[in-house]
Amino acid sequence: MKRWPSLSLFTVALFAIWLLLNDSLAPGQVLLGLVMTITVSLATAAMLRSRARPHHLLVAIRLFFVVFIDSVRSNIAVARIILGPAKGHFNSGFMKIPIDMRDSYGLTVLACILTAIPGTVWAGLSADGELLTIHVLDLHDEEAWIQTIKYRYERPLMEIFE
Amino acid sequence: MIPVDLPLWADVLASLLLVSGGLLTLIGSLGLFRLPDLFARIHAPTLGNTLGLACVLLASILIASMQAHRLVFQELLIWLLVVVTSPLTAMLIIRAGIYRDRKSARRKGMDRPDEAVDH
Repeated sequence: MKRWPSLSLFTVALFAIWLLLNDSLAPGQVLLGLVMTITVSLATAAMLRSRARPHHLLVAIRLFFVVFIDSVRSNIAVARIILGPAKGHFNSGFMKIPIDMRDSYGLTVLACILTAIPGTVWAGLSADGELLTIHVLDLHDEEAWIQTIKYRYERPLMEIFE
Repeated sequence: MIPVDLPLWADVLASLLLVSGGLLTLIGSLGLFRLPDLFARIHAPTLGNTLGLACVLLASILIASMQAHRLVFQELLIWLLVVVTSPLTAMLIIRAGIYRDRKSARRKGMDRPDEAVDH
């Protein structure tokens, strides 16, 4: 029973992409899409080692907007650094963040979030999954970055995926 | 597609979105030029990748929807694919940079630089 919900979520996502690609709701496309996506998700089911079981849709929606706003803000911040005086260009560096999340889908989304936010980029996760290394363009307050990533992104992601 | 006369507000809004998207991408590329090293430079083009892309896609959605007289939002797919794939490229470049720095430090017989990542 546990397999069913995530299988259908994958199928639904594929189906939505199919319809978007064809930009049509014609019965033929809907039927073709259903057959294709169900076949594909059944065929790939054996290849996935673990399944994403996201829950808390509201948390996910809230996280989406939080990330969107942060992304716009840091777009402006990074643009300012680039256009600003050259001494501001040498503030970048690596930093480490202790990570509590273990779900691989959650970590994947965290990587997408970090990339979607200009000024931060994922540089590696230690083999034991305890320490995340990121590179930050404006590294003057490590503690603030740790707080942001742990409380604004990691905590809701853990709620969603774990 | 047959060109349709768009109302002024749509024209103005779409132009504003396109110009700001272009400006953001331009600033990002300028960053590639101005920032000092690989690791700092990797942050610059993300401007065009995130907000710049969003502006251009919004303009595209607006114009396409006005012309088709219905909501066209295929652009969401572009956004989705960029968001899902760009971390891969970013990680590859960063890892390559770390590896290169380590290698050149070893060749010079120095300590490993800025111990960034443990495998």
